Amino acid sequence: MSDLALKPNGTTPAADDARAATVAPRVDVLETENEFLLLADLPGVRPDAVDVRYEQGELTVHGRRHDAAPAARRPLFGEYAGSHFHRVFAVTDTVAADRIEAELKDGVLTVRLPKIEAVKPRKIAVRG
Amino acid sequence: MNRVRNPFNALFNEVSSVQEEVSRLFGRANPFTHAAPAGPPLNVWEDDQALYVEADLPGLDPAALDVTVTEGNQLTIQGERAAPDIKGAVWVRQERPIGRFSRAVTLPALVDADKVEAVYTDGVLKLTLPKHEAAKPRKVQVKSGQ
Repeated sequence: MSDLALKPNGTTPAADDARAATVAPRVDVLETENEFLLLADLPGVRPDAVDVRYEQGELTVHGRRHDAAPAARRPLFGEYAGSHFHRVFAVTDTVAADRIEAELKDGVLTVRLPKIEAVKPRKIAVRG
Repeated sequence: MNRVRNPFNALFNEVSSVQEEVSRLFGRANPFTHAAPAGPPLNVWEDDQALYVEADLPGLDPAALDVTVTEGNQLTIQGERAAPDIKGAVWVRQERPIGRFSRAVTLPALVDADKVEAVYTDGVLKLTLPKHEAAKPRKVQVKSGQ
């Protein structure tokens, strides 16, 4: 079991503001020979406000937006709401849980899930 | 949305769509999951001095963003998001939009196009558009008549 919480885990993020809307971030998943790569759009989320967990084969991504408009501003129209992003994936058990890495840059979260050695492609030498 | 787990593609499955159903019930479903967006979603605020526009544009090169204001109230945000370039990678799931986008809106007030400021942080484009003098509220002194 691996806990990749990027922030000290005091309260659960959802408890910060129970009424805030939660949306599912859009996600890409790619596979290479050596790893799985998960890319998630988390606009407005800072690295210290994202929580990535891998537990019992499930990868959970949770992010909290920080951008709140000053109270003096009157909203005119809004097309996106919600201050939480949340999504859970069941991940194949061929992932090396202790080597998962996560990085957040420009609102895009990149999670690298390296494969365990046993499932990596191997070139077998053929003896003549 | 296909909620049946496909045993042949069990590498990276969504665990639960209960949340999605609840979201739908309360009108909070992510509207971008199914339709390709015509442009970035916007939020707009105002105060007496300016209009404030924010657009969710994660993972962009700010140099590839083009923001223009014409005729005092026509705001256009254009740009391009590149596909992830990872050597030898195979797609398992693709939801994030890529390619060119353009979004044009008519602002509810005239702004001073020369003084527009744009900042890109954490994947959000934040524009501050100072209102044109004519669009600012003015306090009118009421004189007492005889």
